[in-house]
Formats: sequence, C-alpha cells, structure tokens
Amino acid sequence: MAIIRTEGLTYTYSQGTPFEKTAVKNVDLEIEEGELVGIIGHTGSGKSTLIQHFNGLVKPTSGKIYVDGQDIWDEKNCRIRDIRFKVGLVFQYPEYQIFEETVYKDISFGPKNMGLDEKEIDRRVRETAALVGITDAQLQKSPFELSGGQKRRVAIAGVMAMEPKVLILDEPTAGLDPKGRDLILAQIKEYQKRTGSTILLVSHSMEDVAGFASKILVMNKSELYCYEDTPQVFKKADEITAMGLSVPQITRVFGRLRQMGVDIRTDVYTLDFAVKTLMEYMEKNGKDIEQC
Amino acid sequence: MLRDITIGQYFPGKSVIHRLDPRFKIIITGIFIAMLFAADGFIGLAVSCAFILMTYLLSNIPIKLMVKSLKPIIPVILFTSVLNLFFIDGVSVFSFWVINITDEGLITTAFMIIRIIALISGSSLLTYTTSPIILTDAIERLLSPLNKVKFPVHELAMMMTIALRFIPTLIEETDKIMSAQKARGADMDSGGLLKRAAALVPILIPLFVSAFRRAEELALAMECRCYQGGEGRTRLKTLKSSGADYSAMAVALLFLAAVFVINAVTG
Repeated sequence: MAIIRTEGLTYTYSQGTPFEKTAVKNVDLEIEEGELVGIIGHTGSGKSTLIQHFNGLVKPTSGKIYVDGQDIWDEKNCRIRDIRFKVGLVFQYPEYQIFEETVYKDISFGPKNMGLDEKEIDRRVRETAALVGITDAQLQKSPFELSGGQKRRVAIAGVMAMEPKVLILDEPTAGLDPKGRDLILAQIKEYQKRTGSTILLVSHSMEDVAGFASKILVMNKSELYCYEDTPQVFKKADEITAMGLSVPQITRVFGRLRQMGVDIRTDVYTLDFAVKTLMEYMEKNGKDIEQC
Repeated sequence: MLRDITIGQYFPGKSVIHRLDPRFKIIITGIFIAMLFAADGFIGLAVSCAFILMTYLLSNIPIKLMVKSLKPIIPVILFTSVLNLFFIDGVSVFSFWVINITDEGLITTAFMIIRIIALISGSSLLTYTTSPIILTDAIERLLSPLNKVKFPVHELAMMMTIALRFIPTLIEETDKIMSAQKARGADMDSGGLLKRAAALVPILIPLFVSAFRRAEELALAMECRCYQGGEGRTRLKTLKSSGADYSAMAVALLFLAAVFVINAVTG
C-alpha cells in the first residue's frame, strides 16, 4: 500500500489578494513504503511547499492527502500531531532549530513530545546519536559548541529519533563541503537500511540524488513533471536541463558522446555504471572508439 | 498568521502626500495631534476629522487600509468606552441594577472614540505614505540640534533603521522555526498559561541565537565598508523642502487656528 498518496493536491498562497500565487498545482502522487525518493526542481518550483503538506504543516487549498491510508485532514479520525510523528520533516538548515542545553536533551525533544517513557527515549537518543556519529562525550556538551556539520547531524538525529515511518529531508547537504555531504547522505542511507522507512530527499542537485534515490520526483513550475525510476528520469536529461536543472557531469559526458555519433546509452549517472558501460562498449567495437 | 501585521507598513505611491518632505510630514502629524487634543467640542473635532479625511483623499490610500490599521486598537477603544460609559455622572438615561448610563457618559464616550480613531488613522497615514528609511532619516534631521548636547542622534537613527529593516526578516525566521519545532511535535496551541509559556522556549532560543548571529555578521559587513558613525558622513538623498511643504504646513496651522477659534466662540 502507498504510504503517501495525494489526490489533486493544490495550494495557493495569499488567496484572494493581489499577491495570489499557486505553489502546488493538481498533484496526484503515490509513494510506496520503503522507497528512497529524490525530489528535484528549480528554486520556487513548489517542492518545499509540497513536502510541508505531507506532515500537515500546510493545509491544502484543495485536494486530499493520505498517509498510511488515512486522510490527514479528516478531523474526526485523525490528530495532526500523530501525523507529524509518523512523517518526520527535517527543514533546510535544521541546525537553526537547536535550543537545548545539551545535545542529549535536544535530540530527545521529539521523542519526549511523543510521550514515550524514559527508557525508550534514552535508547532512541543513543542509537540515533551513534548513527550520525555523535559520541557519548558530545551528548553531554552544549550543542552550540559543536561545528556546523556536527550541529546539522544533531538536528537530523532529533527527527530520526522519533522513528518516523517517512523521513523527509529538505536539502540536508546545503552549505556543506563534499566530505560532510557524503557523510550525511551515507548516514541517511544507513538509517533507511536499518529501519526500512521511506525516505524523501529534496535537492536541486541531481548529482546528490543520482547515486542515492531509487525513484525521482521532478517538480516544474508548481506541477508534478514526472515521478519515475531513476534510470527513466535520466533518459530525459535534455528536458531536465531545459528546466534549468543540471544533470550530473557524467551524464553530460555520455550525452556529448552520443551527439558525436557514438552509439551509446545516455541514462548513465553514476561513475561505476559509466565505467561498466564504457568497458562493454569498447569490448563490442573496440576499433570504432579510437576513430572518434 | 504573523505575516499579516500591518503596523508601520509603507504603501508606495506618488501622491502629493507621498512626495511631501518627511520632516514636514512629522511636524504636520504633530500639529494634527495638537488639533485633536485642543478641540473641546464636537465642532472642533469635526474640523480635525475633516483635515485627516482630506489628507487621506489626497494620498490615494484606500479607506480599507485605514480600517485595517484600526483593528489592533479595538480592545483599547472598548476599554475606554466602558470606563467612560459607566463611571461618568450626569442625568441618567438608562439604569439597570448597578449599571447607570448618563447623557454625559454617552457624549464623552462618543467624543473619546472619535478622537482615538482619528489619532490612530492620522499617525498611520504618516507611516503609510513614508518609507521607514526616509522616516528615520527625517527623525535624525529633526533631532540634529541635540547633537550639541552630545546626544548620539545619528547612532540612534541608524539603530532604528536597522531594527525596522530586520522586522520582516525576523518574522520570516520565527515562522520557519515554529514550523520546524511543530514538525518535532511541539504543541503550542493547548494547555494552560504556564505550559504555553514553556512552549515558547524552543522558539525564542533559536530566534535569539540567530538574531545575535545576524547582528555580528552585519557589524562585520558594516566595518568592511568603513562605517564609522555619523561624523563626516554625507547622504545619497538630501532632504529638500519646497513651496508645497510650506503651504501644507500652513494649511495644517490654519486648521489648528480654526479649532482654537471654535473653542473660544463655543466655550
């Protein structure tokens, strides 16, 4: 069963004023449980507004959202706070939401709000802290003494500790160096492997999403452009580039090769796969490639 | 939502009122307030209201906005009317149990309500038609004589400008932090007074932290651009007064004089 399903989801800002703007237009979507989804789109394409619908922070102007088969705005049968524990949302620059005296207390804020008992909270805090690479000594420190990357990971752990069925991250790697970026992406993947939860990762960098997600959702001008398996999406590299998004460098190399007349597939987006494809090609017609 | 706050909001335009020298606008607003408080009868009050109505029409600011600016002061109006209505002695017109409403009370209440409404709409017209930056500029110029007694006028004006500049930024930031904490299950809409106050901690602490961070960055950026206070600083736009400004002030003074004359005649 789909963990998140939307029907004709539409959201309009400042309705009825001159500043009216539709941020999300008529989105029908079904996200299966356990999926690793990358959400991409240019700035202002509506991707941030879309994900805020999934945990009930934004109420749609029209349309419906079902989480785990339940209409989240059906006020009789559903408490919106329970939905927030089911669908964890990590905002952009989450380190700016940290407020407690110690790292431990900050990570336990979410689980505490869920009304869990001390023992369970302690287990969750220690487990998630270990997962994101926060040591026991650091748990007792003030979060404001940590480095930027560490603060970011503490904030992400704060949402992971609620053990949501769906974890949504809005540009978790923004402003980090490549090493910090890879670390966070690896930890998110590790979390997914361990818990089997559904992950939605928002980014405007295809490079981030390419090696990470099994499916990709593309938003363009407030509308859902496509939601397909990663290889399918990369076949549309040209259209995606036209939207103002960049495809990974390696995909561009293969597109260029094709333009030069090399008969090679273009849905290549990771380095390993690129090597494999090239090797196969060279084995098949080793002489041709030298002529190019 | 937080975004709907309009106090001190500026509505750009090109009307006569918009183009007036802001220093004169501040002085004229002062004259208008004097007018309101000098008037001791309904005729005087009507003259002052005619003045503010005239300026509103000249400024092309929709009356809707004027009504909107009155919304936050409804509690104040209600409070003063209740006090005036029930506690002023005079000839009773309506009485029930301990409630005794008098003719004097009714008249004073009506008078007070009109005065408060005129006062608020008059002063909001100033902020509607003048951008905050120009307004602080004008305040700086008007206060400049205080420099002689070593009062830091420029620094004060700069602080006001910066504070005004960051209001929208901080509102946006508060919105974001609130959403983030709600996503972690923070409950801000239920519980008693104490519980609600405690629920503000997760919002206020990140807000303060980011305000300090912004202040530090801004200070550094200002120093990088060689800011060193008001001494020897010149302006991009110098305020210039023209004939229109003087005539506007003359009109305002004329109305003030009219109010005094009416007071003398009716009093």
